[in-house]
Amino acid sequence: MTAQLLAPTTTPTGATTLTFAKAITLGLRAALAADDKSLIMGEDVGRLGGVFRVTDGLQAEFGEDRVVDTPLAESGIVGTAIGLALRGYRPVCEIQFDGFVFPAFDQITTQLSKMHYRSRGRLQVPVVIRIPFGGGIGAVEHHSESPEVLFAHTAGLRVVSPSTPQDAYDMIRAAVASPDPVIFLEPKGRYWSKGEVDLSAPPAPGILDTARVARPGTDVTLVAYGPTVATALKAADALAGEGTSAEVVDLRAVSPLDIPAVVASVRRTGRCVVVHEAPTVHGVGAEVAARVTEEAFHYLEAPVIRVGGFHAPYPVAKLEHDYLPSVDRVLDAVDRSLAF
Amino acid sequence: MSSRSTGETGLVQLLDPEGARVTTPENESYRERVAHVKGDDLRGMYRDMLLTRRFDDEATALQRQGELALFAQSRGQEAAQVGSAHAMAPQDYVFPSYREHGVLHVRGVDPVDRLRLFRGQDHGGWDPTEHNTHLYTLVIGSHALHATGYAMGVQRDGLVGTGDPARDTAVVVYFGDGATAQGDVNEALVFAAVNNTPQVFLVQNNQWAISEPTTRQARVPLAERGLGFGIPGVRVDGNDVLACYAVTLEALERAHSGGGPTLVEAFTYRMGAHTTSDDPTRYREREEEEYWRRRDPIDRLGALLRAEGEWDEVWAAGVEAEAEALGERLRTEVRALGAPPTAAMFEHVYATPHATVADERAWLAEYEQADEPADHETATEATR
Ligand SMILES: Cc1ncc(C[n+]2csc(CCOP(=O)(O)OP(=O)(O)O)c2C)c(N)n1
Repeated sequence: MTAQLLAPTTTPTGATTLTFAKAITLGLRAALAADDKSLIMGEDVGRLGGVFRVTDGLQAEFGEDRVVDTPLAESGIVGTAIGLALRGYRPVCEIQFDGFVFPAFDQITTQLSKMHYRSRGRLQVPVVIRIPFGGGIGAVEHHSESPEVLFAHTAGLRVVSPSTPQDAYDMIRAAVASPDPVIFLEPKGRYWSKGEVDLSAPPAPGILDTARVARPGTDVTLVAYGPTVATALKAADALAGEGTSAEVVDLRAVSPLDIPAVVASVRRTGRCVVVHEAPTVHGVGAEVAARVTEEAFHYLEAPVIRVGGFHAPYPVAKLEHDYLPSVDRVLDAVDRSLAF
Repeated sequence: MSSRSTGETGLVQLLDPEGARVTTPENESYRERVAHVKGDDLRGMYRDMLLTRRFDDEATALQRQGELALFAQSRGQEAAQVGSAHAMAPQDYVFPSYREHGVLHVRGVDPVDRLRLFRGQDHGGWDPTEHNTHLYTLVIGSHALHATGYAMGVQRDGLVGTGDPARDTAVVVYFGDGATAQGDVNEALVFAAVNNTPQVFLVQNNQWAISEPTTRQARVPLAERGLGFGIPGVRVDGNDVLACYAVTLEALERAHSGGGPTLVEAFTYRMGAHTTSDDPTRYREREEEEYWRRRDPIDRLGALLRAEGEWDEVWAAGVEAEAEALGERLRTEVRALGAPPTAAMFEHVYATPHATVADERAWLAEYEQADEPADHETATEATR
């Protein structure tokens, strides 16, 4: 199992079909191999390979000092990672589930995010915090949260989420290499989806700052990131059948938002629908809508429309299909936009 | 309510409150550790404590004059700070909270730099790597974890148990009795214990966390807290500079040699207010303050120096003059610390460029350049 997982060796060539989870594993593996100051730390990341097996095989390959099973203490994980980073290390922390990041919230927002700032650039804390996030897997309470805005609202943090195995592979390497702290949100509902990954792709540092056009189109811009990129692409397929050409912009990063990319797209299409799992209230969609309105007002044929979760705690698994933005809800939003 | 946590029991003591040496069978190993601390060393400690107090007084005065937003005095805790700091090697790394002016003084952090934060001129104020001394931390207890992580890094760097006193490195973290109730301090003790970090947790039990006595934080002497984590704990008379030095030296030796972390509880007293915005008369008795005034750490060492014929009037006058000069320097240089340029608020938010910061910085610069909003468009933008 492990041997098979790590089958592509250090000099891979060409594209391989991998699950999203394995793409992250191999990205982490490349990062550990590239810099012996990097290390992985978290609960159950060692012999178990993490509850989602994302770190599977890494402890066997790199040893217990590089892939560290920590005490069950989230603030402790992030707080000691800060100390390690101050000493020149590059820790990658795994938080087991989105709903369990909050014991570490203080360390992330009051300490990690501000260390570079308050030391006037004299100290760097290149800590990555990996968080499996989002819903759709029928999980129990606290296992399906979308806390991205809480971090994006905090200056000093970079907040990113990949949507394809290739991006997952490229972005995790860029995150580990980044001198800034990165909140790396892994759409857990996508862990088992497969895609082509070019393991010989060179490092892409700009990837943490730049949106990507996942599908070109001319009639409406669908803005998404992480788990909802797939939803938006499905909606675009359906729209194509109805003769509507939708462009899908994958933000990749929630902080910083690549607003120029969104604006450029909206200037072409005149319409914008933002799709995310997190509640729409005070959310990323609100920010995108405001920025697009400021910078492309005269190009807009319709108000920017948001599709997302509700201002209610994440619902029980039996109801999550009504909470999550479905293809139908995206299509409904596009219809409303087109009707203006 | 248990009084065990507030009592002066089980303290390592080498000097009694009158400044006489204490010679008991229990403190023999500590006496051996300070056997080499003589005339100049003792006078050096006295000087550091006196300058720390002068720093406190001057900063308090500056706050009263409106020159500082806030100040937290170390008055009464000079022995715990100066004694422990004297035990450290230059390569040891220190994580202070916000009251460790005596420690920062010994580590060589410039006194003006120490006040930049309190003046609202900087969130930090000095280069931590220059003195192996981190910035103040204001979120109670959070730096205990940074210290532990840093110590884990030291361990990985192979700088523990090398046998070379110039290389073996330890980390010392300071926090108060109130902080021991924080989750982060407890998590730090867990991480330190399971990793056997080269570390000293130095609790200055000054008996008050703003208005709350230590009994509101713990029912046992704080040093005993270490035991449940598997970390040895020592209680020391925090107003006895020699004992604080000896106990920290022992803890650092353990850390340097790979023996792991130690929790030191320095039992002391915060003689001033919590900060300049606090009113201690609302929660504590004058008699208590009087009692501790008679146990002043500086007087205690002064008495020892006099009793042992080490007091030198010329030297004492020199230290006084130094304190005067320090006061004068603070008065002029702190007042001269102006506001940084507006753009400074956008600097170092990230180590690499960030579009949102760049946009807002450019917007503010433009807004500030335009004398007044000339047209409708600028006026709308100004509400951003
Ligand atoms: C997490 C947190 N909660 C509350 C405060 C406000 N506060 C500042 S100092 C303090 C008391 C700290 O007491 P102690 O740890 O005993 O240290 P001391 O000030 O006595 O040195 C409090 C409650 C804070 N800074 N951080």
